[in-house]
Amino acid sequence: MDYTLLANAKDVIVALFYLVSAILFVLGIKNLSKPKTAPRGNMLGAAGMLVAFLTALVDFGVVVDPASETITTQFQYWYILLAAIILGSFIGVYSAIKVKMTGMPQMVAIFNGFGGAASFLVAGVFYSFEIAVGNTLGVPLLIATFLSGLIGAVTFTGSFIAYAKLQGLKIIPDKPLVFKGDLAFKGLLLVVLLVLGGLMIVNSTMPIYYWLVVLGGFILGVFLVIGIGGADMPVVISLLNSYSGIAAAATGFVLGNTVLIIAGSLVGASGIILTLIMCKAMNRSLLNVFFGGFGGSKSTEQTDDIYEGKVTSTNADEVAMILETAQRVAIVPGYGMAVARAATAVRQLTDQLEKANIEVIFGIHPVAGRMPGHMNVLLAEENIAYEKLLDLETINPTFDKTDIVIVIGANDVVNPVAREANSPISGMPILDVDKARSVVVIKRSLSPGFAGIPNPLFAKDNTLMLFGDGKQAVEDIIKAYKEL
Amino acid sequence: MTLIYLITIFAMTVFLGFELITKVPATLHTPLMSGSNAISGITIVGAVGVLLTQLTYGEVGIFPFILAAIALLFATINVVGGFVVSHRMLDKFRGKK
Repeated sequence: MDYTLLANAKDVIVALFYLVSAILFVLGIKNLSKPKTAPRGNMLGAAGMLVAFLTALVDFGVVVDPASETITTQFQYWYILLAAIILGSFIGVYSAIKVKMTGMPQMVAIFNGFGGAASFLVAGVFYSFEIAVGNTLGVPLLIATFLSGLIGAVTFTGSFIAYAKLQGLKIIPDKPLVFKGDLAFKGLLLVVLLVLGGLMIVNSTMPIYYWLVVLGGFILGVFLVIGIGGADMPVVISLLNSYSGIAAAATGFVLGNTVLIIAGSLVGASGIILTLIMCKAMNRSLLNVFFGGFGGSKSTEQTDDIYEGKVTSTNADEVAMILETAQRVAIVPGYGMAVARAATAVRQLTDQLEKANIEVIFGIHPVAGRMPGHMNVLLAEENIAYEKLLDLETINPTFDKTDIVIVIGANDVVNPVAREANSPISGMPILDVDKARSVVVIKRSLSPGFAGIPNPLFAKDNTLMLFGDGKQAVEDIIKAYKEL
Repeated sequence: MTLIYLITIFAMTVFLGFELITKVPATLHTPLMSGSNAISGITIVGAVGVLLTQLTYGEVGIFPFILAAIALLFATINVVGGFVVSHRMLDKFRGKK
């Protein structure tokens, strides 16, 4: 038998199967772009992963050596492999099934963190191996290893801090935690990391520098995310998602593996796009998100001027009465609706209104919820058809033809101040609910949203405030509506 | 030579990624994100690699071996959890009519 030929054949077959899995990933993401084909898209992605995994078993497990004319397998530690796969699958499936839809952002964050960790571990172990057998790594490979370690480590701790914030763990405040010299500290840390990277390249046989980079990345990840407020979480989650992809791609460069590069850069690109969409939806730059300290509590001085004597309070009976005369009702939900567990009540109200031939639509702001598209998932869980969920550009021109807008648990995204200059949210795209004939705002109090500013919408003539718990308020409206 | 070939793949894929993702509507951003998150667990291939090639490198000690096993565990959680959670979400989108 010609072992050289056999070795080449194995390499070609392995490469072809990696290509198949890369194509499956691309098709998967393509199919994810339409609600109808999205489940298939997810399946294609999973199939791609299975192909990649099986190919990796052959790639690394079967060694054809033309020099000694032998074929050896390297499955001696198969039980460790199996144990890791079974345990990992169990943990993955268990947490994926257990998680509530409101908790989706922190779930994605934590999975993301694991992905980042896997990347810096793989790159680090590979690097140690190469040094152990006396191979010297070239500068490009060392740079890739450095990036994999740094980005993977930042993703790991950053994701866990994001998880803690989203989960509301007491150890980490939801409010941005900014201390004196915070910026200088992050800057210094970055310089230290770059120096370590330089040392790593100069002393290419000392893996200790790599692990110091990882350690520095851990610290950087913590401080990058800890200073960010709850309202900016959609941006952070998107960005961390992108990082985990970039870390995987960097690991691909370290190993010289194409499927890692392709899958990693697809995810990296996807995360960056979502990050930019989120930034645009808040009219803020990425730099501003990381260094701006948005969501701090200042500028509440003229609150009284805005609200004094102008806020009209209402009750469920009155809301039910005006709903009865309506032909078109728009509901604008914010994350507050999810917090109040009011989604089911909102769906019941929708059903009631639709029974009376009243058109009901939903206006979803891009940053409603805690991750991109989060509100859509929460409403989909209540069987509200996605055709009724309109995005900002679609619903805004229709508000002047809308009789009643019900705003529930949203604040900053309907604040008309955004259309004026000199406010923290100036220029942020908002839902123009004030153009509707009347607006009902369901809210606990007049307290400000994440931006920490008063909302003149609440004081407008055509705005009625229904104070109370979101779920209770909607249930009261349904009850009053049925009794009419 | 190999490096430039890998960089070419990287650059082309980034462009392809931008093209694909900009077409995804806001409604599907969350499942897209958890699905792509699962795909970023592709490091599972690398984890399998470093775990299986232990012997090629001879005695490298127990420490890298444990790290490789942990990498595989983490990557598996990322992959399996990510796809299952996306599936659950997409089921809810499909559920009505």
